[in-house]
Amino acid sequence: MTFNVEQIRKDFPILERETANGKRVIYLDSTATSQKPTQVIEAMNDYYRRSNANIHRGVHTLAEEATALYEGARERIAKFINAAAPREIIYTRNTTESINLVAYAWGRANLKAGDLVVLTEMEHHSNLVPWQMLQAERGIELEFISVTEDGLLDLESYKKLLERSPKLVSFAHMSNVLGTINPAQEIIRLAHEAGALALVDGAQSVPHLKVDAQALDADFYAFSAHKMCGPTGVGVLYGKSALLESMPPFLGGGDMIKEVKLRSFRPNSLPHKFEAGTPAIAEAVGLGAAVDYLTAVGMDEIAAHEHEVTAYALERLEEIPGVKLFGPAANQKGGVASFTLEGVHPHDVAQILDQDGIAVRAGHHCAQPLHEKFGIPATSRASFYLYSTKEEVDLLAQGVYKVKEMFG
Amino acid sequence: MDDLYREVIIEHYKNPSYRGKLDPHDISFADNNPLCGDHIQIDLRVDADGNVAEARFDGHGCAISQASADLLMEFIIGKPLEEVKKLNKQDILDLLGIDLGPVRLKCALLSLKVLKAGVYGLGEASDDLAE
Repeated sequence: MTFNVEQIRKDFPILERETANGKRVIYLDSTATSQKPTQVIEAMNDYYRRSNANIHRGVHTLAEEATALYEGARERIAKFINAAAPREIIYTRNTTESINLVAYAWGRANLKAGDLVVLTEMEHHSNLVPWQMLQAERGIELEFISVTEDGLLDLESYKKLLERSPKLVSFAHMSNVLGTINPAQEIIRLAHEAGALALVDGAQSVPHLKVDAQALDADFYAFSAHKMCGPTGVGVLYGKSALLESMPPFLGGGDMIKEVKLRSFRPNSLPHKFEAGTPAIAEAVGLGAAVDYLTAVGMDEIAAHEHEVTAYALERLEEIPGVKLFGPAANQKGGVASFTLEGVHPHDVAQILDQDGIAVRAGHHCAQPLHEKFGIPATSRASFYLYSTKEEVDLLAQGVYKVKEMFG
Repeated sequence: MDDLYREVIIEHYKNPSYRGKLDPHDISFADNNPLCGDHIQIDLRVDADGNVAEARFDGHGCAISQASADLLMEFIIGKPLEEVKKLNKQDILDLLGIDLGPVRLKCALLSLKVLKAGVYGLGEASDDLAE
């Protein structure tokens, strides 16, 4: 199938709608959450109309069907990121919960006072706060790979930190602010050579790049459905099975047990050991449909299209006097353009663009320390996905000119 | 939009009359809007009768937050502290002369919350101060 953005846009009904003042919506906020194709919406709709039941223990037709749909989605997700087996795919609520699962279950069993966890200065709050909480509780130490002026990780600073024998290196595959695509394979290889495990925050990478968990050799890999054409409420923690088996459970309750007595329990096998309580079944089915959708379009085609739109956006924004862009050049980043406009607060930029139907995000994008590093309280961020077009970029550029005019 | 970015708001944002700090001051308080990192500090001098004699704000943020701070300083100078304590959301919206959605309302109300937390001597500019 050849990539045709106009054809793809027809799959996303929301792109047809208008905003309050009659403008067609120009959705440039996919890094926050992606829009959903009809295929995903229908899969969830069908599930509730035809197959809804609680999964696993039931023997009736609906329960069997619901279980098959839920587990079938897991198999396709495993294939999508090339996990060795479906049991390495743990359903969570989102990337944040996946990282917290590792911090609680693996971290509390394996980290003690003085142990070092290496993060980076470009992390989302979701890959900072769980470790800060563990630091407060356990006295572990945190260090950060520094970010260069160009928005790249400084691998020399990383190698220095590795000399201190960290227990874990946890980093974003792709920055949600700078768009930087980090050299995950190399970072993981170096971590392993130093005896550390590697956890990758893949919230921004899995939706946009072909990710191969085995080739990367990641120990843990976390991502969310809602940023990859799927629904909110479900995410994934991938983990190597030997590692997941060695870990104590996370949440306790139904489904995560093999046997319960009044004073004891035996945990279930993988992946159920980490899935306590009735999960987000329809959402898992929706994520399965999203994976099918992205696979049918082609992840390489999606990445190539986004690259083209992003490169064009950087070019258009850069030519506007007073605009300052953050992050590396187009060939080192994904579909993100974060910028400031001299003399105008990013909230005002976003608000004025919204009047023309253009949806961008303004703020610190849950990466406050990174903004502090660059000495700015906030940025405006336009982000792109498979349905974004160059025409939308043109409208964005026009909108920014209009903001400039208003603030004269 | 021409409503939201009325000339008066852009004017107060670009050329505020009450931006700065007061040293000495009787009351000084600062806080952030955690959503966007907007920051406002307010310094007051109070006269013997309990009226606001001087008021200044400092900080950074969007046009709405900075313009509302400037308009608020102008409004409270000469007024008794007891009256300042009673200011609410509607007073700010009246000063700005615009209607705001829930997100931007937080920007507009930051200065009021900081002001009241300072006047009441509280440690935090909590949301209920603007109700």
